[in-house]
Amino acid sequence: MGLICENVKDMSKINKEASRMVLSPSMKLADLIELNYSLLIVLSRLGIGLGFGEDTVEEVCRNHGIDLNSFLLICGIYTYDDYIAPDGLLKTGNPADVVRYLHSSHSFYLEDELRKLEDSLEELVAPCDSTQKKVIYRFFSEYRKEVENHFAYEENTVFPYVDALLHGNSRGGYSIEQFEENHSNIDEKLNDLKNIVMKYLPPVCDTVLRNSVLYHIFFLEDDLDRHTLIENNVLVPMVNRLEENEKRK
Amino acid sequence: MKSESNRKVLLIVPSRIMVRGIEGVFSDLGEFKVEGILSDISRTSEARLKNIDADIIIIDPVVFDYATRQSGRSKISEYSDAAVVALQTVTMEDDSWKQYDEVINIYDAPADIIRKLRSALSSHQESPATDSHELSSREKEILICVAKGMLNKEIADLYNISIYTVITHRKNITRKTGIKTVAGLTVYALLNNLIDSSSVE
Repeated sequence: MGLICENVKDMSKINKEASRMVLSPSMKLADLIELNYSLLIVLSRLGIGLGFGEDTVEEVCRNHGIDLNSFLLICGIYTYDDYIAPDGLLKTGNPADVVRYLHSSHSFYLEDELRKLEDSLEELVAPCDSTQKKVIYRFFSEYRKEVENHFAYEENTVFPYVDALLHGNSRGGYSIEQFEENHSNIDEKLNDLKNIVMKYLPPVCDTVLRNSVLYHIFFLEDDLDRHTLIENNVLVPMVNRLEENEKRK
Repeated sequence: MKSESNRKVLLIVPSRIMVRGIEGVFSDLGEFKVEGILSDISRTSEARLKNIDADIIIIDPVVFDYATRQSGRSKISEYSDAAVVALQTVTMEDDSWKQYDEVINIYDAPADIIRKLRSALSSHQESPATDSHELSSREKEILICVAKGMLNKEIADLYNISIYTVITHRKNITRKTGIKTVAGLTVYALLNNLIDSSSVE
């Protein structure tokens, strides 16, 4: 019995390793999307348009001036739940491209996603009474403010710091360690909103609308999770390395 | 945290002799103290059940009629988050006993009774999850306070309970509703008509 369990474990490990191998520079980008279609959003944030024909991952990255290793790291986190960023990629990846990705996903959340979510939420709760609408609107605007503050810190403090470090003119008094310590959770309110929409809105709210708001929240939750993973497991280790190099100079 | 001595016990036991017997055991061995005595589960008893902040409830399941015995434990948890220990005065189906945190037999030695009460307390604290997914009345009261923006200390003072108990209630509220933030709980309270618009201005 024990032996069989061991074998099964080994098998699944091999299978996972095998599917991880698939994520390689020489594969066609179209096949990568086939493997995990949520990477479509990653492409658009990196400014890679569709219509790439039979181009491989490597070719597409080269054509768009995107560092291949950073691209593979981001795709890895988006594709595998248990992804551990390989040391080799972290060593050679370009933090500037990771920052570029994070920055454009920030504006994507604030300018597209949250706005869309707010619009559909407003439509959903339109039949509620005015007090109910008021508290829900207020809840949402508090959530948005929280997200804005969270992003603003990264945009105004963390990203400029990484940029300066990359250009060799690092300013003292800040280190990526502080970012790790202060990296707050912004997922609690979104999770609350999900529960409110799913469990507690009055029955006058339309079911179809309610579902679409829920799909949207589930998508955002997952996407923000991955976003945080990219910050913590890709950007932070890359910047740690830069800081060490800086010290050695 | 409450001190180890004088854990508050609420008895729901119809027999006067047994009540006196339990009080006698507690006065001999300390650690526990009878805080209130109910002889049945009537409407007035329910109100008292809610207001006594007991750590442990000892209940003789004969207070439930035969049909509700199976769900006796969850009925208690609607009113109180205390550990619930059954007092075995009659023979019943095994399953009826399993719902309780512990079962005291009327022939148990005093030391065994204390030991069982201790283990009921610790097992209850390890798994505060009760069968009920609905908020208890006390949890609703605390939720209303939270939604109105009261601090844990203020809530503890209002209901004359410890901050620790308030925190436990808040954890249970979050576990049951899935809502973590104060802002989210305010929305919950309003949607469930626990508070009205004047409270959220």
